[in-house]
Amino acid sequence: MTLWLNVILQGVLIGGLYAMFAAGLSLIFGVMRLVNIAHGDLIVLAAYVALMVTQGVGLDPLTSLVLVVPVMAIVGYALQRGLLNRTLGDDLLPPLLVTFGLSIIIQNGLLELFTADSRKLQAGAIEVASLQLSKGIWIGALPLIQFAVAVAVIAALQALFYKTALGRAFRATSDDQSVAQLMGLDTRHVFAMAMALSLAVVAIAGVFLAVRANFDPSIGPARLIFGFEAVIIGGLGSMWGTLVGGVILGVSQAIGAQLDPGWQLLAGHIAFLVILAVRPQGLFPKVSG
Amino acid sequence: MIRVEHATRSSRVGVAAIAVALVSLALAPYWGDRQTLRLLAELFTYVALASLWNLLAGYAGLVSVGQQAFVGLGGYLLFALAMLAGVHPIPAIFIAGPIGALVAVPVAALIFRLRGAYFAIGTWVVAEVFRLLASQVSALGGGSGISLPAAVVIAMAPSRQLREFETYWLALGLTVIVLAAIVALLRSRHGLALTAIRDNELAAESNGIDVTRLKYIVYVLTAFGTSVIGALIFLQKLRISPDTAFSVNDWTAFVIFITVIGGIGRIEGPIIGTIIFFVMRQTLADLGSLYLLMMGAVAIVVMLWAPKGLWGFVADRFGWQALPLQRRLVLAPKDDARAA
Repeated sequence: MTLWLNVILQGVLIGGLYAMFAAGLSLIFGVMRLVNIAHGDLIVLAAYVALMVTQGVGLDPLTSLVLVVPVMAIVGYALQRGLLNRTLGDDLLPPLLVTFGLSIIIQNGLLELFTADSRKLQAGAIEVASLQLSKGIWIGALPLIQFAVAVAVIAALQALFYKTALGRAFRATSDDQSVAQLMGLDTRHVFAMAMALSLAVVAIAGVFLAVRANFDPSIGPARLIFGFEAVIIGGLGSMWGTLVGGVILGVSQAIGAQLDPGWQLLAGHIAFLVILAVRPQGLFPKVSG
Repeated sequence: MIRVEHATRSSRVGVAAIAVALVSLALAPYWGDRQTLRLLAELFTYVALASLWNLLAGYAGLVSVGQQAFVGLGGYLLFALAMLAGVHPIPAIFIAGPIGALVAVPVAALIFRLRGAYFAIGTWVVAEVFRLLASQVSALGGGSGISLPAAVVIAMAPSRQLREFETYWLALGLTVIVLAAIVALLRSRHGLALTAIRDNELAAESNGIDVTRLKYIVYVLTAFGTSVIGALIFLQKLRISPDTAFSVNDWTAFVIFITVIGGIGRIEGPIIGTIIFFVMRQTLADLGSLYLLMMGAVAIVVMLWAPKGLWGFVADRFGWQALPLQRRLVLAPKDDARAA
């Protein structure tokens, strides 16, 4: 019993990380119907930026976020203005293939710069710190912080969407791009801001990923898939849905891994496929695909 | 009198050129060395894979980044049939097709619930599931893979040279069959519907085409072809592992690159694209990851500034078609190719 409680608890906490993978993906889909195939590789890119910051400036990983988040946000803004805005339109193929090409470029660029060696960010004592909930149930400090940050990020995104002028611009362009333009919104700028925000979340996710486990240039696509599964489980366009989706994915993987180490990823994918079969619109859908 | 004509002067030249090329390729074992034969056979499989992907994405608008699911499935079916059921490898290749199509039926039912780009990632999840399942099958080597036993290989042909000729002709023959099947499909009334979907899905739907049903059929047919080619690829390689069989780079990224460069939504595109891809690979492969990086950049540039690819450019500029696929209404009795 204690064993399974532990397993489920670890799954819930890792679900926070998946929710952060998913939130950035969900955000740009909501605003501009763009699915960014390079999303996972951008998470890994953020991890490498954090690696350079921690090694170059000597900050510890969590503090490095002060630099990594703005850097990635600027990358996002530039990427959208310079490249991705050109791909948007009625045709599905250009954004898909351009972000696919981008994914290959980022992966191989990182491989060229940093080799295929596994890296990890060292966060020091906090990595092994833990607290006891009850007899036999322990929670690591880092997973707990990670989950709390995920909840905070999603709450912040939700507030931004519904309480600020920028959020209103996001929702307006999401509802009808041409009417938003007629009302004086520069949609190119709005889209670029959405991508900047998405990559700011990616930056946070990348740093937590890099502290939690080893990373190398090839692990991006799997992160994209986790994020995507969490989005679909939660329901398109719903921010809190991504958290629920991430948690469901995390718990399924944790249970799978407990049964047989080879089943960890498989269990997550199967949970996704089952949801797709019985509730294709996800648990809390907001926008239709 | 009204007739529909497919051929144009350029397509007659194209068909003649293709016929000459096919004859010389069929005779390649007499003029080429082992290295050339291997390279050509690999080239054929890419032409077939890219043509199938082109049918799926270029015509039916189903952009999949998960066709490696069926390449790998075909490969594993070949190994399973040959090693566990004792089937001769060549019939095993053909059995892989219908099984692949059969697997595609429930897969399509599930992932067709996703739209557009999410469909693309959904296909990728399916490929990942297949890869993880394959690594659980310990009879086929589990996660580390397995080689085709020498006994099975030797049973194919008495000498190594004959076996290599056999796989070469098999690759050429299967690729020709795949291309011919796609041409036949595109010239049929379903092909007209597919071309309509390619050009404008909404207009096609409003003209009474059952778009969803047609897409479903194309997805299953493509799975059939891709599984056969997958089995062939791993008969050439003689070794399989989950990571090579379900590789997104080898069976999807390269294939997309080929189709986009050559010209998506045109039958000639994948053929031109494969030739460009192999020329690039033979000259630049020493650059390693830089070469892949350049490939990604070229694909982005083409997609943004020449979205119809090389053949699309040629076709628009000169009105050429290498295969008789166009439909032209001929009103008067035919006197000249210029009549229309």
